[in-house]
Amino acid sequence: MSMFKRAATVLIAAGFCSRAFGATETPMLGKPISPADLAPWDLSIGPDGAGLPSGKGSAKEGKQVFADKCSYCHGSEGQGQPADRLVGGQGTLTSDAPVKTVGSYWPYATTLFDFVRRAMPLNEPQTLTSDEVYAVSAYILAANGIIKNSEVMNAKTLPKVKMPNRGNFFIVYPGNLK
Amino acid sequence: MKKTGNQLEPAAANGLLDRRFFLAGGAGLAALAAGGARAEPLAIPEWTKKPGAWFTAYGQPSKYEAKVGRGAIVEHNPLYESGPGSVRTPLQFLEGMITPNGLHFERSHNGIPDIDPDRHRLLIHGLVKRPLVFTMEDLARYPMTSRISFVECAGNSGALYAKAAAAGTAQALHGLLSCAEWTGVPLALLLDEAGVDPKAQWLLAEGADAASMSRSVPLAKAMDDALVCLYQNGERIRPSNGYPLRLLLPGFQGNMNVKWLHRIKLTAAPTMTKDETSKYSLLLNDGKVAQFKFQLDAKAVITKPSPGFQLKQQGFYEISGLAWSGNGKVAKVEVSADGGKTWAPAALSEPVISKALTRFRIPWHWTGQPAVLQARCTDDTGYTQPARDVLIAARGNRAAYHNNAITSWNIAADGEVKHVYV
Repeated sequence: MSMFKRAATVLIAAGFCSRAFGATETPMLGKPISPADLAPWDLSIGPDGAGLPSGKGSAKEGKQVFADKCSYCHGSEGQGQPADRLVGGQGTLTSDAPVKTVGSYWPYATTLFDFVRRAMPLNEPQTLTSDEVYAVSAYILAANGIIKNSEVMNAKTLPKVKMPNRGNFFIVYPGNLK
Repeated sequence: MKKTGNQLEPAAANGLLDRRFFLAGGAGLAALAAGGARAEPLAIPEWTKKPGAWFTAYGQPSKYEAKVGRGAIVEHNPLYESGPGSVRTPLQFLEGMITPNGLHFERSHNGIPDIDPDRHRLLIHGLVKRPLVFTMEDLARYPMTSRISFVECAGNSGALYAKAAAAGTAQALHGLLSCAEWTGVPLALLLDEAGVDPKAQWLLAEGADAASMSRSVPLAKAMDDALVCLYQNGERIRPSNGYPLRLLLPGFQGNMNVKWLHRIKLTAAPTMTKDETSKYSLLLNDGKVAQFKFQLDAKAVITKPSPGFQLKQQGFYEISGLAWSGNGKVAKVEVSADGGKTWAPAALSEPVISKALTRFRIPWHWTGQPAVLQARCTDDTGYTQPARDVLIAARGNRAAYHNNAITSWNIAADGEVKHVYV
């Protein structure tokens, strides 16, 4: 066995060749950044709610936020058109005309906060305050009958909201559905 | 070539010929050639008799090819200045396996951002030892990899879930599909530099567009063949395809190949973003929802002839199309001219590359009788794409995404080509 082959065998045994790009030299140009300095970009909220900001809101406050900021595209009651329908549709998923809404389809309430904060309203994303995002999330959840109008959504209560369709989701990866 | 005397023997019913017909130099063509009128007398054209135009800084297609463009799939909504939407690749007008950059399909969730590359940053943080920030100038100094890879929207071919066959061209039905040579830095190199915490199993990839579009990606995929791309077909990526930086996850649904990439957060579990829960999940017959089906399974589409073509006379035609698999290489493409009753193998044009589009071709002699053309792809895992009724029986009509059923093009006696179900 040549030196080269032997070296390659050792590398394979050590796992260095287990992926397409092995141990390659790089210029190492990444600059370190502190958690405080990157915080403005760290917007994502997972189902455990970690990273949810302080602030709060209920459907009562959210009704006005929705009317001002959302109803133009989602309809006065969240009935949709031109953008997605947000309210209703429960019980339709096995019918010929399934209606996928926050209430009938979405598996996590945290996704609602994450998405509204990062991407809504469409014409001026990332302009709502945390209180407004909590309030409008509460409004949409209450309009779907998932929480009460008086319930306050905040970093503690929002991740605990049980979405009605949560149990129907199953994860395919790392398998495949064929 | 199968021959009996000077007669071509069909490879399958309704006029499909042996794929080696091309290689054998077309023996027997004379027997198939349509007889006809003489050509017009020749004259010297005016463009041969005066100097042509001067050079331009950036070349454009011939003005005579103006029909080759990306039609919008939805009417522009007057309520939005730009907003969400998509445009599709005109597959029926293209040849080979590479999509020109100006014709690559586009899907965006709130318009195309105008990003200054000098101010754009890539942040890698979360479950890493050292959160790091890279400039585009930094990334340009890293070792790069080039690979030819298709990108396909998970919603491509979704019309085939409809109960009645939708009218439409190959572009309208299957044009959320393109293929380019992508060049960039292996994501694994950047993750190694940041030092991945053993607790990390996923990462969130996020764009800098006005949707801050974000998707969770398994760490295993990121370490395997993910590229942080700066170049598309040799030039910097076009704004509509993610300038100055996009993620490439070969074979995974297009939406995960995040454009305008500016943040990667290592996480223990998926973030469950809007686009991986309420969208890009498959609603099945029983109301269950299949989430995180990432790989795009094997598929083939005949682009020539396809709806919009009109066969003018009986005789010889080349059937040509595209085949691909998000699980590996195309191993075999078979073509039928009788709606799937009999099949003949097509020739695959080299190169055949894993997770890239592959061009296939087969000679066909149209007798002038009605025919139904189909193509089906088998990849190197041994998987063959299903007939439409088989896919619908297994999955129902509501799944919306990942439709890789066999497409049928009906050729009428008058030569019109239409999408049908068989």
